[in-house]
Amino acid sequence: MADPMRIRANVVGDSTEVKVLMSHEMETGQRKDSQGKNIPAWFIQDVTATHNGMTVLSAQWGPAVAKNPFLAFKFKGGAKGEKVQITWTDNRGDKRTDEATIS
Amino acid sequence: MNSQRRNLMKSGGGLTLLTMLTAAGWLQPRAALAADAWNAAAFDTKSMADLMKALGGGIPVQSKDITFFQTPDIAENGAVVPIGVTSAIPKTESIAILIEKNPNMLAAVFDIPPRTDPSVSTRVKMGQSSNIYALVKADGKYYVASKEVKVTLGGCGG
Repeated sequence: MADPMRIRANVVGDSTEVKVLMSHEMETGQRKDSQGKNIPAWFIQDVTATHNGMTVLSAQWGPAVAKNPFLAFKFKGGAKGEKVQITWTDNRGDKRTDEATIS
Repeated sequence: MNSQRRNLMKSGGGLTLLTMLTAAGWLQPRAALAADAWNAAAFDTKSMADLMKALGGGIPVQSKDITFFQTPDIAENGAVVPIGVTSAIPKTESIAILIEKNPNMLAAVFDIPPRTDPSVSTRVKMGQSSNIYALVKADGKYYVASKEVKVTLGGCGG
């Protein structure tokens, strides 16, 4: 199981700003190891962010997203104390969901 | 006669239940599909023309309403290049980040629901100095803006 995400969600004006730092290798499949063998690709493919059960952002990523991906976005609404939930799925089918309280 | 009607009703009821079950059964693969919506064809493309074909759009229109923020002119480390894209085009549905000279052009696609600001930022890998494109889908049409980022140290093996 992958390490937990670091999620920050802050109210800025009438929006909520969400910043996520995920922990993932994001292996491109382009690199070779010391024996010259290809290192297979391993990267996050889908990211979904929900607030009160409603999707506020969904993303599809390729292997070109940097290691330990960072993501920032804003959505309208959201109040202090409410939860924002982020889920990612990688190309091996691994999943991780974490949530943060809006502050 | 009456019992026949009763049987009919019963079977009718059974049918509805069956349809409901099928509907419920259908829901699951659909949800799974949504999670597996990763567009392999689009992520496999190597040129703008191929990508637009994979996305099913026409030739994107150059737009000044798409702006980059937090994006450097010169990136010291190609393994971590911050990219931020804001679209001022009304009804923005999705924002995609493309890197021209990477092995595969498409880096990320963000679907923007109506409640979300059409502005996202993330970090990408760049193999070498290249043009970066922000491809925005708004109201069914595609718009594009580009920016050149020079990389001093590549981020794709070496």
